[in-house]
Amino acid sequence: MTINLKTLLTVTSVAAALMASPALAQTELRMMWYNDGSEGEVMQTILDRFEADNPDITVVLDVVPYKAVLESLPIQLAAGAGPDIARVTDLGGLSEYYLDLSPYVSDTEYWETSFGPFLDWLAPDSDRISGFMTQLTVTGPYVNKTLFEQAEVTMPGEGATWDDWATAVVVVADKLDIPIPMAWDRSGHRVAGPAIAMGAKMFDTEGNPALVDDGLKKMAQRLYDWHQDGTMSKELWGSVSGSTYLGANEDFANAQVVFYMSGSWQIPQFANKIGDAFDWWAVPAPCGDAACTGMPGGAALVALQDTKHPEEVGKLMDFLAQEENLAEFYGKTLFIPGHLGLATGGVEFATDDPRAKHALETFSGAVPTISQTAFDLQGYKNNRVLFNALISRLNEAIVGELTLEQAYGRMEEDVANQLAELNR
Amino acid sequence: MANLTDRIKISDRLAGVAAWLVLQFFRIFEIPLSLIQRIVGVRGMPWIFLLPNLAFFGLFVVIPLCINFAFSFTGGTDLFLSDRIYTGTEQYGFLLDCETFGDPITCREDRFWKGLYNTATFTVFQVTFLVLFSMITALILNREIRGRGFFRAVFFFPVLLSPVVVALIWKWILLRDGIMNAFLVSVGLDKILFFVSPEWSMFWAVFVSIWAHMGFYTLILLAGLQAIPPDLYEAAEMDGTSKERVFWRITLPLLWPNLLVVVVLALIKGVQIFDEVFVLTGGGPGTATQFIVQYIYNTGFTEPVRNFGLASAASIVLGLVLFVLTITQLAATRARDNG
Amino acid sequence: MADTSTQPRTLKSLITARRGRGRLHWTDVFSYTYLFLGVLLMFGPVVWLVLSSFKTPAGLIEFPPTLLPLGQIEVVVEGYEKPLLLFDVVQEDGTTKQLAQVRRIGIISQMVDPENPDKTVRVPIDQRVKVREFRLAVENYTDPLKRFNFVGFLNNSIIVTTVATVITLLINSMAAYALSIYEFRGRNAIMLFVICTLMIPITVILVPVYLVVTQLGMINSLWAVILPGAATPTGVFLLRQYMLTIPKDLIEAARMDKASEWSIYSKVVMPLTMPAIAVLAIFSIMWRWNEFLWPLIVLTRTEVHTLQVGLNAFQGELNVQWHYILAMTVVTLIPVVVVFAFLQKFITTGIASSGMK
Repeated sequence: MTINLKTLLTVTSVAAALMASPALAQTELRMMWYNDGSEGEVMQTILDRFEADNPDITVVLDVVPYKAVLESLPIQLAAGAGPDIARVTDLGGLSEYYLDLSPYVSDTEYWETSFGPFLDWLAPDSDRISGFMTQLTVTGPYVNKTLFEQAEVTMPGEGATWDDWATAVVVVADKLDIPIPMAWDRSGHRVAGPAIAMGAKMFDTEGNPALVDDGLKKMAQRLYDWHQDGTMSKELWGSVSGSTYLGANEDFANAQVVFYMSGSWQIPQFANKIGDAFDWWAVPAPCGDAACTGMPGGAALVALQDTKHPEEVGKLMDFLAQEENLAEFYGKTLFIPGHLGLATGGVEFATDDPRAKHALETFSGAVPTISQTAFDLQGYKNNRVLFNALISRLNEAIVGELTLEQAYGRMEEDVANQLAELNR
Repeated sequence: MANLTDRIKISDRLAGVAAWLVLQFFRIFEIPLSLIQRIVGVRGMPWIFLLPNLAFFGLFVVIPLCINFAFSFTGGTDLFLSDRIYTGTEQYGFLLDCETFGDPITCREDRFWKGLYNTATFTVFQVTFLVLFSMITALILNREIRGRGFFRAVFFFPVLLSPVVVALIWKWILLRDGIMNAFLVSVGLDKILFFVSPEWSMFWAVFVSIWAHMGFYTLILLAGLQAIPPDLYEAAEMDGTSKERVFWRITLPLLWPNLLVVVVLALIKGVQIFDEVFVLTGGGPGTATQFIVQYIYNTGFTEPVRNFGLASAASIVLGLVLFVLTITQLAATRARDNG
Repeated sequence: MADTSTQPRTLKSLITARRGRGRLHWTDVFSYTYLFLGVLLMFGPVVWLVLSSFKTPAGLIEFPPTLLPLGQIEVVVEGYEKPLLLFDVVQEDGTTKQLAQVRRIGIISQMVDPENPDKTVRVPIDQRVKVREFRLAVENYTDPLKRFNFVGFLNNSIIVTTVATVITLLINSMAAYALSIYEFRGRNAIMLFVICTLMIPITVILVPVYLVVTQLGMINSLWAVILPGAATPTGVFLLRQYMLTIPKDLIEAARMDKASEWSIYSKVVMPLTMPAIAVLAIFSIMWRWNEFLWPLIVLTRTEVHTLQVGLNAFQGELNVQWHYILAMTVVTLIPVVVVFAFLQKFITTGIASSGMK
């Protein structure tokens, strides 16, 4: 029995070896990538240039569903079976698997001056260089300006509060019979910005996460009320469970939403899908009692420590991070640059849509106004624990399964339980 | 017509080629297995026949089950068992920490209990209506109707679709701006936001899973109906027995064994429900359609802190529930074989 | 129960036949209504999926949804470089006229009459309606097929499906043969074990199976997808139930002729089990073709991606490219439909006759 089992295993592994591609004379790097739009194609053209310059290195772009990056990649990394480079969004959570590129890049100075604050997001506990942002995102609202004009309501201007906006959009929606006055992405990250605007601190004085405080409660209460009085539709927040992401991009693109709290990543999609149908207008983050801020965020391309070719990985990352290559990438993808040098107007965005141009300006311009708390939260390694607890429990309160008070209690418990398991 | 016969010929020829290939394939094993038979004798042969299956079972089911069991006594987020911290029955304690078991809100891990109760509700409704509609469909398809083959195919067709596709199709239909609401508006009703209401979400979860699986169960029942000797019906007709009486006195009792298989299989599949409903409703609104397998998947796989220990403990509890169902099935099978 | 072969179609029973000639009993009306609704309910959604897959992204989110895929008509107007979009505009006198839009500023649209291109008029945007025609957005299909290594994905899917199905059929029929033909110690224990494993959803042991596969070094090889599901308890159960109906005398007769156990299995039992084998084959093909979650975890490299993994790459973090997803769903459905069309007879009679003794 055992002999047969062994033979079977040998046969299996021989067959497996046959299936896997044989080692080539040249180095092959694997880059795991996901697409929200056409950014994979832009990356491919840059990679082609790199391969032309470095004939001994081939780079394969493995395009996977985002689900694979979010759910499978961590398991693969934990098992030591990950790719060489990956585009990830859980920047801090995966940081233990990142490779320190410092010994392999030609100019660490350039990396630090260009990507300074973002390097901290990737390495919260050290000053390693692990990668760069393929896109910086800033959360903020879009408004259907055409609806405001049709309803003859003036749009709240700079410095308007969340309450001002809530009142204005309800008037517009009532006049024109629009089903959803206001919509927010169903995401804890999206709530965090406005909560900080209301005065949420997110951390206690010692820097430990403290999700629930008066500031957060103020925003949560508003969200709760807006869902009850119809300012927001329950379709997004009330329809799925847990931390599942849902966006209102399709409803907004269909002119069913007056005001949509989302972020800079929608620009290419809106330019494509809405086009000229109405004026979709990015506006500055509304204010709360403490600040007027959105949340920064984004996706990063990181080198992973399991790679067998750190030098080649360093070479490739160095090439990709060059200003002209990044300028091309951000420009063609309509992403907000995650490069400090390019942030101040070094990117030629490939669009002639005035709405897209305005939105890009608005979001790029919002970066300096982001509150420090928001930056700290984005840089916090386990921020997804906070985001998920926030959205899933607030959601259960909004649909009536819990009271708001119970939800606050559950949020704190969820965070405590998960962090305890993590630090066990 | 000529075309049709040509096609039949071609498919016959293809079948012939396939059969020849299969025979050659089996012949490869002829000599080695005859040799083995000479060594182990006829009495050892069943084990030889079982071996490959058991090997795969062992590798990909038994070993993982053991790892899973071991996981449930550990904590932390490490993947390899050797790195994990032994916690004893702490994970079970956490799961079972409730003030009153009837009310999930009083439990520390409220979602586990919510999932368990939702699964129970779902299974009860799903199995009931699945059996009911499979039964009706089978009875109708067993009648002398035109195009019976076509109708059988129609009802079986959804069984072939992947759960994700099934859910996507229906979600697409039921969204606020979907065709279902367009229909409601066109007949003068208001739009319904189906996935915002817990009742509607559960309804569609049950409906869609019945839609997808009914064909399979219908065919099992159909097989049972066709096996009922026709002379029984003829005798009943001669006696002038009413249709209803024939159904209750002849059809149902003779169909009983197949019905039992359908009920038990549907029960097992109901408890395991996961991807169709998750794609359809996302488990919402709130936690109204979050089921136990989804809870386990989320806990061990999608949360930022992957709690394999807790997920494994929950799966062991689920396993116990399923074990009870299995015993029921076995008992039922016994009763059937004896009866 | 023993005789499960086809019954004569001329059953004159109360349940199965019409009562009398020409007189409709209420059950007849009910039956045909039910079947008609059934066809609508079963096929409707799939037809809707196919129609939707030919719509543009903007067309997909429209409400009320149009039944057929439509596209707005563009016209070339003298004096304008690009073709302009055509609208029906309600004139002041109440008549409608077709005008082309030059540009839109706020809620006012600047329009031009294609027949009189010199003069532009200003029209409020709520007084224009798009002029559309039937148009298939074929690019939903062609774009992804061009962008991706579609042939490679298809190839992998076909390899996985066929190899896995062959292995599944072989080892499960062998096991079923052992469990149905022989009487031996431990048979019941193994049967119990098979039934117990029937209950375990793979989702629950995903991580441990991943660990095993990693240890075997099969990550990123198609074997990682083929082997773990090969020994399906459902298959053993299904085949064994069918094999139990094979008369024992046949096997005894073969043994008398000095046939080896293997030839009894391959030449006597297997041919008689064909209907059940066909059913399992169809299920196996279906399972493997549709598998998504597991391949997603063990296959990270493009060259080993199966269709389901490769085509779901249109699901991004923040944006799902629905028009591609729907089109690709239809593409993955085609082989299933073809298999179904060819093996329809087998499926319906096969399950029916194997349908649990």
